[in-house]
Amino acid sequence: MMKFLTIEPVRVLLYLVGIIAFTAANAAYLVLAERKGAGRIQRRPGPNEAGWAGILQPVADGIKLLAKQVMVPPGTDSLLFRAAPLMVMAPPLLCLAVIPFGDTIVACNLNIGLLFVFSFGSINVMALMLGGWASRNKFAIISSARVVSQNVAYEIPMLLVVITMLMVTGTMNLGEIVRQQAGGFWHWNLLKVWVNPFMPVTFIIFFICMLAETNRAPFDMAEAESELVAGAFTEYGGMGFGVFFMAEYANIVVGCSLATILFLGGWQSPIGVLSGGWFGAAWFLVKLYALIFTVIWIRWTFPRTQFYSLLNLSWKILIPVSLVTLLLTGVMMKIL
Amino acid sequence: MNVTKETLHLATAGDAPQETFVLNLGPQHPAAHGVLRVLMTMDGEWIQRAEPIIGYIHRMHEKMGENRTWAKFLPNTSRIDYLSAMHYTHAFVGAVERAAKIEVPLRAEYARVITSELNRISSHMVWWGALLLDLGGFTPILYAFDDREKILDLLEALCGARLTYCYYRFGGLYNDVDDAFLKGTRDFVKHMQPRLKMYRDLVTDNIILRKRLEEIGPISAELCRKYGATGPVIRGSGVAYDVRRAEPYSVYPKLDFKIPVYHECDSMARYMVRMDEMEQSLRIIDQALDQIPAGPFIGKVPRVLKLPVGETCYAVEAARGRFMVRIVSDGKEIPYRVKLRTPSFSNLSLYEEASRGMILPDALAMMGSLDLVIPDIDR
Repeated sequence: MMKFLTIEPVRVLLYLVGIIAFTAANAAYLVLAERKGAGRIQRRPGPNEAGWAGILQPVADGIKLLAKQVMVPPGTDSLLFRAAPLMVMAPPLLCLAVIPFGDTIVACNLNIGLLFVFSFGSINVMALMLGGWASRNKFAIISSARVVSQNVAYEIPMLLVVITMLMVTGTMNLGEIVRQQAGGFWHWNLLKVWVNPFMPVTFIIFFICMLAETNRAPFDMAEAESELVAGAFTEYGGMGFGVFFMAEYANIVVGCSLATILFLGGWQSPIGVLSGGWFGAAWFLVKLYALIFTVIWIRWTFPRTQFYSLLNLSWKILIPVSLVTLLLTGVMMKIL
Repeated sequence: MNVTKETLHLATAGDAPQETFVLNLGPQHPAAHGVLRVLMTMDGEWIQRAEPIIGYIHRMHEKMGENRTWAKFLPNTSRIDYLSAMHYTHAFVGAVERAAKIEVPLRAEYARVITSELNRISSHMVWWGALLLDLGGFTPILYAFDDREKILDLLEALCGARLTYCYYRFGGLYNDVDDAFLKGTRDFVKHMQPRLKMYRDLVTDNIILRKRLEEIGPISAELCRKYGATGPVIRGSGVAYDVRRAEPYSVYPKLDFKIPVYHECDSMARYMVRMDEMEQSLRIIDQALDQIPAGPFIGKVPRVLKLPVGETCYAVEAARGRFMVRIVSDGKEIPYRVKLRTPSFSNLSLYEEASRGMILPDALAMMGSLDLVIPDIDR
């Protein structure tokens, strides 16, 4: 039986099922975590009726959304309208296949893992754009235009940062990147100031870009409730909306996992003890959820930025700074 | 637009035809705070023309004034701008008292000032939370409502209503202010001062908020005069016009307070005016609590009220600006005409001119800074 489970196709299949379950559970329970966190920040209890302390709230929400009719408004491009939620949900699932949760816990140990994550991560933009465009709603179309310019603007500094990391690590294999950071938190890429004194800045740029790429507050231009009703999702109801919503959280999980792997030493223990095996996975999850909590925290404490100051931030600050770090890293690596 | 040969030619010549579209914002839109509809002619995200369409909740308050007695119209006034009901009832009660020459005891006047200023704070708290909500900050509104709740509890104990107060009567008050209210108000002043400081530190000084309000939606003093904008809108444009000082009423001349004025003319100026006004209101309440005398809370009022022939005006500084009641009496028990001059109507009127060429989110931030109450516009 064990032998059957370790055959390559079966193993990958099991991992994929696991990943889908992980993503779905995360998407569902991060919504609850977000609402509970928001409640905490806003001095109210948050959802607490369904089950113990609201633990069944995501289930109740899911049933409600599933029970609703998925309505395609007249005059829309119904194929694209229906395809958009699928296209927004599939990429983060695929991306998670190459994310190593532990030393050996990875579905597919690709040598070009980093490239894979970024190439699939970019599909998200297209899905939002198509969803907004196919809705035949003016608010949605404005939102689509915003999504595209926002993502183009933020993809560049993000990729520059990733190139910097690529130069430092010399590999695109995510597992290998983590292995290089073994032996305590001072070995993490975040604190490798001898390679590049700007390393913490690089992390901050990456984090800001990740917030913008996942359309999270204070950069949630795509949704912008008070301006564009619900942005690209205005015409979506029922599970169509639910999938967009889940995909947002799935994207956050992918983004935060990537930040953990690239900068915070992935599954490595921060003090050298309790490392390896399932402890590794535990460390990884601790770091992941700490970052996710920060994302939630930011959302509920800051107002939304202006659209043009958002683009200015990218083109005038983040891109020059990330170019400088890239250059500096190159120079330092040549000298040392 | 059909792609004709002509447009194709223009496009290839690098001179693409400008296409605009009409965005129908409202009457059910999360930023419109009620049933306001704005037809926006947009060039991309830039507004070419924004035309507010009003009247969705017109309730004929002025007409209703013409077919009921003076006293029976009183509750209507508190429903015009439901967020500053005290000020509105004050204006109507004041107009009737002025026409009928009814003496109001001093205790009642002080109680009116205290409750009016409490109402001003609670109204500004709602505006503050709603503006931040417009800007995408979700948390402040819950803190604002927390403070507002304390005011509502105080006023509920006094007059039984939490929103549409009908506490003032011709010649005085419905009910005397009791010691519990006075003590509760003192506690509230003590509670509110550190809260306002906290809001200043956490929200007003936030860089994103400043970027979203500073230099956004400038409204010049001339524009305010042209459309008759009053209240925090005109004070944010550098004109120190406040009815409490310009046409003194009640016991305001005896109280020491400043009129906050900002000369920047932008949304941040209007924001700062309201934030400072809350502090000044606390100062007024503090002084009024010290000065409130003992005595009767209602004066001598004839059982059947018939006003002498003629017309009377009475203006108050409501939370949104100058609210004026003009009553015309033909000597009967029923008013001949009740004209209501509401501040939100004038403040909205300048929106079309002020929002030209703005980008959509900024235009909505500016609309938030005008502090519109839609029933007050439509009345």
